[in-house]
Amino acid sequence: MSTPELKGLPAESPTGTVKVINGNQAAAWGCRLSRVDVVAAYPITPQTKVVEKIAEFVAEGEYTPEYIKVESEHSAMAACISATMAGARSFTATSSAGLALMHELLHWAPAMRTPMVLVNVNRAMGPPWSVWADHTDSISQRDTGFLQIFCEDNQEVLDTVIMAYKVSEKEHIRMPIMVTLDAFYLSHTHEPVNVPHQHLVDQFLPKFETETKLDVDNPKGFGSLSMPHQWYMELRYNMQVAAKEAGKLFLETEKEFEDIFGRSYGGMVDEYHTDDADVIFTCAGTMASTTRVVVDKLRAEGKKVGLARLRFLRPFPADVFAEIGRKCKYLATMERCISFGYEGPFATEIKAALYDVDDKPLFKNYYVGIGGRDVTPELIERLYLQSISELEAGKVQRLQEWVDLKGEEVE
Amino acid sequence: MPEPDWQVYSDLPRGPVVSFPIASINKTGAWRTIRPVVDEEKCIGCKICWKFCPDVAISMNEADKAVVNYDYCKGCGICAKECPKDAISMIDEVKA
Repeated sequence: MSTPELKGLPAESPTGTVKVINGNQAAAWGCRLSRVDVVAAYPITPQTKVVEKIAEFVAEGEYTPEYIKVESEHSAMAACISATMAGARSFTATSSAGLALMHELLHWAPAMRTPMVLVNVNRAMGPPWSVWADHTDSISQRDTGFLQIFCEDNQEVLDTVIMAYKVSEKEHIRMPIMVTLDAFYLSHTHEPVNVPHQHLVDQFLPKFETETKLDVDNPKGFGSLSMPHQWYMELRYNMQVAAKEAGKLFLETEKEFEDIFGRSYGGMVDEYHTDDADVIFTCAGTMASTTRVVVDKLRAEGKKVGLARLRFLRPFPADVFAEIGRKCKYLATMERCISFGYEGPFATEIKAALYDVDDKPLFKNYYVGIGGRDVTPELIERLYLQSISELEAGKVQRLQEWVDLKGEEVE
Repeated sequence: MPEPDWQVYSDLPRGPVVSFPIASINKTGAWRTIRPVVDEEKCIGCKICWKFCPDVAISMNEADKAVVNYDYCKGCGICAKECPKDAISMIDEVKA
């Protein structure tokens, strides 16, 4: 497919070529430019175009990974783990029910310390059938050890895949990373994306080398039994150290990426006008772009409002949220997900991070956009007005609120 | 190859990947509540028990009779079930 003419945008830049592509294609380009050796492909709406685009690269002879058409997502993850154990760089992509089917092996990959990148298109879990944006699928995998990064736009998807390989494969990390993007809002929306030049990506991302691999001349046992008195607990401790360390390494890695490509995304929490903000909204994924528009509008009116876009679910940037909590008077999460019987998962995480903050802000947990329902600038502006009246009252009316629920919430 | 001298978490390999036969250091025979006992008079050396044992805990001695390694035998009883000559009987550990 030829690149459409880009009005007002240079098609070529010193670091890459601008193409108009959707989020799925951006993920496929991230895979290709990272020179992934093994791709395990299984389609699911709305991820299908990721593996289709890679198949197209392969069919055209532009990119020649081992492209395995597996029989399920469970097998896809098993193939990636095995390929990494054989010393290859591996990639797969999935969504919703497909991610859920991988669940057992999403535990296995981090515990086996096999680095890789998994792209997940955040889609609602059924029933009822829904293919639209919702974060419950990947948040349900929080405790597997898979590190998890949410993206806001297609450029960030492409760039994050490349950065994620670098962090994941570092010798002291060796933890797999999930890169997520919102169904349809990114997966099927075309945007201008600067596709980096291969030689610059090669300069940034070294070849994957590991000494821990399948080798017939040096046989090893992979994942064999550990009795309770032996080493299971210490191996888990080592995973925890690596997972936390990955956050620090990501900040350095993003700086290196910026030095070459001129782009970065704000580290683990992307803060926008938070320094002097009384009210800060926090959310993940594409809702952040809408919130930026609202922040810009309200700032033009002199309102002190900001956005803290959560990029990392794991490792969790608790220290950053503690600082955010110290800065503002009112902190609200906007979540496309819920943990039934308690609250929004981001609210749980962020409130725990505020435990040691002396002068805590008022805290609010909004459910918005569940199952892909549109989150408009008008909606967010309404939430801002509510925050102001609650700030004046000195307390929130409800800790949690279902925005635009059809019917009254029970007390 | 013997078990490495791991003392603390930092001595461990990065993942659960080992270069020694780790199953051999875990003497799972302690899990057994019933034990197979071979009657050498009846044993004809057919090796069916040796082949079926899921824990590789049966070997054949010089006289070609089945010998159970009680360090690893978990007492599943498959050998006793499969023996065509009923040469293996399962007895309670407390009576062994």
